[in-house]
Amino acid sequence: MNNMTTQKIKNDGDYSTIADLKQNAHKKEDIVPTTTSTLNLLCDVDTLRTLIKEDKVRIIDVRKKEDYLKDHIPTSVSLPLSDLLADDSPESIVKISNNLGISDNTPVVVYDDTFGALASRVAWSLKFIGHKNVSLLEVTYSSWKNLGLEVEEKSNNFVKSSHSIDIDYSIYADAVYVEDAQYDKSKVIIDSRERLNFLTEHIPNSKNIPYTMIRSEDSILRKPAELKRFMENRGIDFNSEIITYCGSVGTLSGLVFFALKTAGVPNVKLYPKSFKEWKSLGKPKTEFKDATYWDLSAE
Amino acid sequence: MIVLVSPAVDSDVLSSSKKKNLNPDENWGIVEESEYFANKVKLFRQDQLDADEFRRFRLQNGTYGSRLNSDFSMIRIKVPGGDISPEQMEKIANLAESFSIGSAHVSTRQNIQLHWVQLEDVSEVHRGLAECGLTSREACGNTIRNVMCSHFAGVCSNEPFDTTIYAKAIAKFFLRNPICQNLPRKFKFNFACCSEHGYVRIADVGLVPTIQDGLRGFRIYLGGGLGAASFIGHLLEEFTPESRLLSTSMATIRVYDRLGNRENPARNRMRYLVNEMGWKKFQAVLLKERDIVEATTSIPTKNSFDNVLNIGNNIANSLSTISAKKILPLINTDNIQTPYERWLNTNVIAQKQLGYYSVSITLGAGDITSNQLRVLAECIREFSEEQKARTTPQQNFFIRYVQSDLIPKLFTKLSSIGLGNPGANTIVSPVGCSGTTSCNLAITNSHRLAKEIQSKFLELNFDKDSDLCTSTIKISGCPNSCGQHEVATIGFYGGATRIGNSMAPIYTMLFAGSTGETGDLGKIVMRVPAKRVIDVVLKIIESYREEKNGNDTLHEWIHKISIGKGDGKIKTLEDIKKILVPVIKLPSFAENPDSYKDYGTDSNFVAKTARGECAA
Repeated sequence: MNNMTTQKIKNDGDYSTIADLKQNAHKKEDIVPTTTSTLNLLCDVDTLRTLIKEDKVRIIDVRKKEDYLKDHIPTSVSLPLSDLLADDSPESIVKISNNLGISDNTPVVVYDDTFGALASRVAWSLKFIGHKNVSLLEVTYSSWKNLGLEVEEKSNNFVKSSHSIDIDYSIYADAVYVEDAQYDKSKVIIDSRERLNFLTEHIPNSKNIPYTMIRSEDSILRKPAELKRFMENRGIDFNSEIITYCGSVGTLSGLVFFALKTAGVPNVKLYPKSFKEWKSLGKPKTEFKDATYWDLSAE
Repeated sequence: MIVLVSPAVDSDVLSSSKKKNLNPDENWGIVEESEYFANKVKLFRQDQLDADEFRRFRLQNGTYGSRLNSDFSMIRIKVPGGDISPEQMEKIANLAESFSIGSAHVSTRQNIQLHWVQLEDVSEVHRGLAECGLTSREACGNTIRNVMCSHFAGVCSNEPFDTTIYAKAIAKFFLRNPICQNLPRKFKFNFACCSEHGYVRIADVGLVPTIQDGLRGFRIYLGGGLGAASFIGHLLEEFTPESRLLSTSMATIRVYDRLGNRENPARNRMRYLVNEMGWKKFQAVLLKERDIVEATTSIPTKNSFDNVLNIGNNIANSLSTISAKKILPLINTDNIQTPYERWLNTNVIAQKQLGYYSVSITLGAGDITSNQLRVLAECIREFSEEQKARTTPQQNFFIRYVQSDLIPKLFTKLSSIGLGNPGANTIVSPVGCSGTTSCNLAITNSHRLAKEIQSKFLELNFDKDSDLCTSTIKISGCPNSCGQHEVATIGFYGGATRIGNSMAPIYTMLFAGSTGETGDLGKIVMRVPAKRVIDVVLKIIESYREEKNGNDTLHEWIHKISIGKGDGKIKTLEDIKKILVPVIKLPSFAENPDSYKDYGTDSNFVAKTARGECAA
């Protein structure tokens, strides 16, 4: 059985160089980590460290390239969010995945240094093309470093893989879909932006769950029980279909997408083009102009 | 060196550990109340709870409806005595970020308010508050509101003793007490530290500490308060001994509960009862009631109060055993060169405890971001031997027990996050209620106006002028006085008016209000369009500087004019009005539509209000 173990690309603590990888290129299939174990939506630090040690994971760093080049979590590959957003068609996402050496069964853990929002957008994209085993690191890169955990400086490249494409439209919404959902009682539209932005203008009939509400001091997402209680307080029916959106590219709403999944809502969709597209299409907005709430902010 | 004992249980005062055991006497919260609240919201949303009944419940739990949008709430967090710990500040920072707007707001009654919270999330905020010992219970509604205490209490050079623990004992005794759960209207206590510092004449019960024949006691003022009709409180008796504090308070509440007006919400504060009965009669009824209370109060009830007091006094005594000695502010006002010296001049005062200083943190109309709160919490741990801070009625924070050699470091740290502004408690930092930013009753954006004045006056270096410093500006967005405009040197309250064919926001200006035991209400001068308020104040200052004769400060000059005894050409309010009339004139709407708009909005002005939440 080759499903739980792979050939190591490093000897204990001594990571291979790109040259080593090239030398080993003929062992293409062997160096792509594969496993049948499914990751949780949120990957804790200890699980990730074990996976790194056992060489059973592909880690994606979505920070800026220059930050990655300084240092990153061992064995991680660089995928700045801007690279993905340059063309986020399913075909392009598959191509990116192949370049990062991600095949259908590769467990993937994504991290950023932006409270998980950028990582969420990348993780969602992988789910969108049908990747079944993707997880968010529970902490940001800064927290990882503050915890004194291991980092490395060398860049990692892996041999190209061949990911299949099986688009999961059940997690995707476009403007037309959102427009129809506005007056559908079985659907809930969630605006993930901060409160004052929401009050200023939002998609009619949407509810506000700011991304700031779903994170905790030590994790990018609160505990599932807590998130579940929040949704119950809000009177959200877990059988409803929930569509999340935010300001422009689906990052904040990507995080809320994962929060809702974590809380146990089965049917969640992301509207990745979000409010920016909604406004550019001239769709109706709800505005609240009866109070000068911006003047309360001490920013 | 003085060894200070922290009132917190934890003796390792510099520990940054967040999990501290709550002192039971400092714990105001009950987690179960948050679950109860969550259930009530669900029932209300399912139409199983009458709207008025829910409203009363919501207000009793410190949750106020937001301006013209009932989906959102303002949560008023009580800070009894204004005393707050760094852990509590950090918790509030997190709650503001998670459920509010990322900023918190210090009110003129030493509360901390979180605005625009989704009604369904309020229970989570309550839960968080209870976890750090705080509560919003009875912060609104017809009950005993946050018990205020002078932020100088314990450090004031002129105080006979520290009143903080008395304020807390009163707060503790009445919180959730059946005696005050359904009063005719809200009820406010205010403790001073000395006859100068405190808002004792504008509270239902105002208390000034005093010592007679070696006995601690108070001069208690009753029936004061600000609002559409304001009254100055009456002195109950020359000396009320400490031993009669509880019975006097209980008697007052019982008389008010029994005789107060429950019919007319516009006239049901205790000050109207006192006014209608006449002071002499009210006083007689009250003193009789006190005898009954004293004869019938059970020992366990009395002990529950005395125990809080005794524990607190033991701590307080260890904190302030140093003999009173008046010390002038740290630095000579004639020589202000650096931003640090400028800040020192207005924001740092010497305590009665030799070698210790108290530091005001200047906010803008009481607003502070979550990140600033976190840094402030760090500052308290790092620099204050008391390991606590106070909220002030001037909408600032006050950090005490800082040693002189640490002050520069504290300033550097505060400045790094925009908290190093000078001018706290001076004319440079006006008080501004929340106004149209969140309140149903507001007509104007008093909040933004206060901030506009602050940035303008800082730019003009008014805080450096000791003649101006002692004056205050306080602004309310309606006649209801949350901005305490009637006790300011120059006060303003908002309204609406028609000028030509256009509506415009306008403020009524008052002169020469003051606080303290001899505090008095301001006198109305004239109405000033919102966009002319700054110009008018500048003109007043200009006139003062032209006329200044002798040592009169701006406040004294304004006071003399208010009683028709100005020394110069300007002798009366009529005289100053003549000078200001040209300043308040607006161009036509067509010429300058902006001057008809309120601050903070591009829309034309409309006076929109909804049912107030003050009375449930």
